[in-house]
Amino acid sequence: MLSIYVLPLWRIVLEAPQYPEGLEMQIWLTGITGNVDQINGLNHYIGMKHIVVENFWEFKVLPYLYGAIVLIGFLVAWKGSVKLLWVWLGILLAFTVFGLVDFYLWEYDYGHNLDPTAAIKVEGMTYQPPLIGYKQLLNFLAGSFPDIGGILVGIGGLIAAGVLYIENKRKNSLPRKSLI
Amino acid sequence: MLLLAAPLLFTASCKPGKVSETTDADAAQKVYVAPGKHDELYLFASGGFSGQLAAYGIPSGRLLKVIPVFSQNPENGWGYNENTKAMLNTSNGFIPWDDAHHPELSKTNGEDDGRWIFINGNNTPRIARIDLATFKTAEIIELPNSAGNHASPFCTENTEYLVGNTRFSVPEEGKDDVPIDTYKETFQGNVSFVKVDPKSGRMSVAFQIRVPGFNYDLAHAGKGPSHDWMFFTTYNTEQAHTLLEVNASQKDKDFIMALNWKKAEELIAQGKGKKTPAKYAHNILDENTHTATSTMENSVMVLDVKDFPELVYYMPCPKSPHGVDITPDGEFMVASGKLAATLPVFSFKKMLEAIKNKSYEGKVAGNLPVLKYESVLQAEVQKPGLGPLHTEFDDKGFAYTTMFVSSEVVKWSLKDYKVVDRIPVYYSPGHLSIPGGDSKKPYGKYVIALNKITKDRYLPTGPELTQSAQLIDITGDKMKVLLDFPTIGEPHYAQSIPAEKIVKNQKRFYKIEENKNPFVTSSEKDARVVRKGNRVDIYMTAIRSHLAPDNIEGVQVGDEVYFHVTNLEQDWDVPHGFAIKGANTAELLIMPGETNTLKWTPSKPGMFPYYCTDFCSALHQEMQGYLRVSPKGSSTPLKYGIGTKVEHQQ
Repeated sequence: MLSIYVLPLWRIVLEAPQYPEGLEMQIWLTGITGNVDQINGLNHYIGMKHIVVENFWEFKVLPYLYGAIVLIGFLVAWKGSVKLLWVWLGILLAFTVFGLVDFYLWEYDYGHNLDPTAAIKVEGMTYQPPLIGYKQLLNFLAGSFPDIGGILVGIGGLIAAGVLYIENKRKNSLPRKSLI
Repeated sequence: MLLLAAPLLFTASCKPGKVSETTDADAAQKVYVAPGKHDELYLFASGGFSGQLAAYGIPSGRLLKVIPVFSQNPENGWGYNENTKAMLNTSNGFIPWDDAHHPELSKTNGEDDGRWIFINGNNTPRIARIDLATFKTAEIIELPNSAGNHASPFCTENTEYLVGNTRFSVPEEGKDDVPIDTYKETFQGNVSFVKVDPKSGRMSVAFQIRVPGFNYDLAHAGKGPSHDWMFFTTYNTEQAHTLLEVNASQKDKDFIMALNWKKAEELIAQGKGKKTPAKYAHNILDENTHTATSTMENSVMVLDVKDFPELVYYMPCPKSPHGVDITPDGEFMVASGKLAATLPVFSFKKMLEAIKNKSYEGKVAGNLPVLKYESVLQAEVQKPGLGPLHTEFDDKGFAYTTMFVSSEVVKWSLKDYKVVDRIPVYYSPGHLSIPGGDSKKPYGKYVIALNKITKDRYLPTGPELTQSAQLIDITGDKMKVLLDFPTIGEPHYAQSIPAEKIVKNQKRFYKIEENKNPFVTSSEKDARVVRKGNRVDIYMTAIRSHLAPDNIEGVQVGDEVYFHVTNLEQDWDVPHGFAIKGANTAELLIMPGETNTLKWTPSKPGMFPYYCTDFCSALHQEMQGYLRVSPKGSSTPLKYGIGTKVEHQQ
C-alpha cells in the first residue's frame, strides 16, 4: 500500500501519427511527470489550459490523507478486528471514489473550458480524456489507466475484501473472535 | 580458298567477350529496407570537393543527412550565422570551402567505437571532428607548415593521435619566399601528429616531424604488434617540381615510410622537440553556448628526422604507391603501386628484423636508411589488375583491392596471396569501404566501391554527371553487385559502421536549461528588443506556432540588427527556421533548445516580413512577423510585442 509514494498511480497515454513512440503522463500522489511540456505545447492549439502541477491543491493534501488511511490500516491489522477492517475498506473505497470523481472533474474542466480564441475549433468537440480506457480526440488516441502504484493499491483493497469474504464464510460455519 | 577463308575471317572479326555485370539475382531483396524499417549500417562518405560529409543507410543506399564540415551550408546557416562563422576561420582568414577526403571513425582497441568521425581538409590543411551524437562538426584544427593534407586523418589504435602528412612538400613557414627550383634544397614534408583527448575528443597539434621533400600520399597506423608505427606512401621521390606526370614517374620504386610515433612521442617528452613559430587556427563549437570560438595558435613542437634518423625507415615499393593498408592482425602492410604490375605485401616482423640486422640497400635524403626490398617483402600478389589503389579486409581472411585503370575490385587471399575473384565496377574506383575494413575486427558482409566516373550509368544530367557508390555482397565465394547509387560530390573515401553503435548515443534535443548562449531567451516573457547606439539586439523566441516578438518598429537603415532566436521546443524533430526579407545571408535553422544569431544590416527603409522556414506545425504558415525599417535618424520609437499584450516601449 505504501508503494504509491514511490510508484505512479495513474497514467494517461497519447498516440498520434506524428508521435509513433507516444506521449505519456504519470500521475503520482504528489504530482505529475512525463511529457507534460510536450502535451501542454500541443494543447494550446485547441485552447486547453496548461497543466501546471502547482495548480492542483490535491497534490498537497493527498500524501497526508493517504498516509492517514494507511496508518489506520496498520491499526486495524494490529487490532485484528473484522469490524474495523470493514470500516477501513469503506474509507479506502470512499477515497477511491473521491479520487476518481475529482479526476473526472479535472478532466471535464480541461476538456471543456477552452480558450475561445484557440486556433483549432471543431464544432461540438470537447477534449475530455476518458476516465478509464481509450478515446479518440482529433488526431490523438487518448488512453487512461491505473499505473503500477494504482494497481498495487487496488490489489491491497482486493486482499482486504478477500479477507472479509473468507472471514464472513468462516463466521457462518465456525464463529471466531479474532483475525489470524 | 575463299570458302576456307570465310569462317576464319568470321572468327577473327568476332569481338572478344567482356566480363559481364554480375548482379545478384536476389539483389532487390537484399537491399530492400521496408518503409519504416532501419538500415543495418551507417555509411559515412566524404563529399570530396563538396567539402562535406554524407551519411547513408546501407544496404538501401538512402541518403540520411549531409553534414556540413568545411563548406558553408545555407540550408542550416552553417558558416553563415554568427554562431558557426568562426568554424571556418583559418590563418588565411575565413574560407568557405575545402576538399574533404578521408572520413575516419574514432577507434578503441583498434575497433570503430562510433563516438566521433574525423575528416581531412585537403586544400587548406585542416582536420575536423564530427560528433556522432549530434551529427555536427564540433571542432576544426588547422595544420601549420602543411600543404595538401592528403595522408590524413588516419588514427592510431585508440585514437591517441590523428596524422596529417603533406601531399605537397613546402618550405618552412616564414622561410618560404624562395625560388621554386630550389625544391630539392628547401622543400620538405611535414607529418603532423594531432592528439585527441580521450574524453572530450578535443584535438591539439602535439608535434610535427620534418621528413624529406617527397609527396606523401596516404597513411595507416599499425595495430596489435605494429601499434607504435605509422606507415606512409611516398611518390615523387624524384623530387620533381614541374610536369610531375612524367618527372615523378621515372623511378622503378618509391617508398613506404615507416615512422615510429611512439619513439617520437618519447623524444618530445624528453624535451628534444624544437618550439617553432607557426600560425594556425583552432575552432571549437561549444555545445552549451551553441557558438564557435576560433583561437589562433602560434607555435608547434618540431622534430627533424635528420637529427633523429632512427624515427623513420624507408621500404622500396613499386612505382608511385597510393594506399598502404594494414591487415587486421597488424602483421602485414599492403601497398598499392598505382603504376605497378604486382601488389607487394610487406611483413612487419621482417621489417623489425631488417632494422635490427641493418639490412639496408642504401640511404635516402642524406642519412635515412632504405631497407632491402627482399628482406621486408612477404609476398607479391601476381596479376592483380591495372592501377591498384586501395585495399581493405573482411572477416574471413581475404583482402579486396580496387583497380582504378581496369575498373574492378579484386579479391585475394591473405593465406597464399592468390587472386580468387574479381568483379567489374562502374567506373574507376578509388577507395573502397568494408564495414570495419581498416580495423582489427572487420564486420565484413559488404564492399562499397567508390567510383569516380559514371558515364552511362544513370539518366544524364548535362556535362556534369554524378559519382557513385556500388554495394557488393561479399558473403559468398563470388562477389555480387547488389546496388549502385549516386552520391553527393565525390565519394572519395567512406567508412561504415553497424547502426547500433551510433543509434545508442543519439541526442534528440538540447535542454533549454543547459543553454549557456549569452543571447538566450529561455522564456517568451523575456523576449525583447534592445538598442545600444546603432546596434539592435532582438531576443526572440520560437515555439509552435509563433515568433515573439512578431511586431517590431523603430529599426533604422544602417543599424546592425542581431536576431538571437531561441527555439523553446523541448521535443525531438521540432526545429524552427528563421529568415527575413532582404537579409544578405542564409537562414537560421534552430534545433530545439538552441539559440542562433543572424546579423542583418537593412539597406533601405520598408516593411520586412520574417517567418519560420521549417514546416513545423499545422499553423506554420501563421508563424510570421513584421519589422518596420525607417530612414536613418527618423523619430519612429522602438516598439515591439506580440498578440494582445501591450506593446512595450523602451
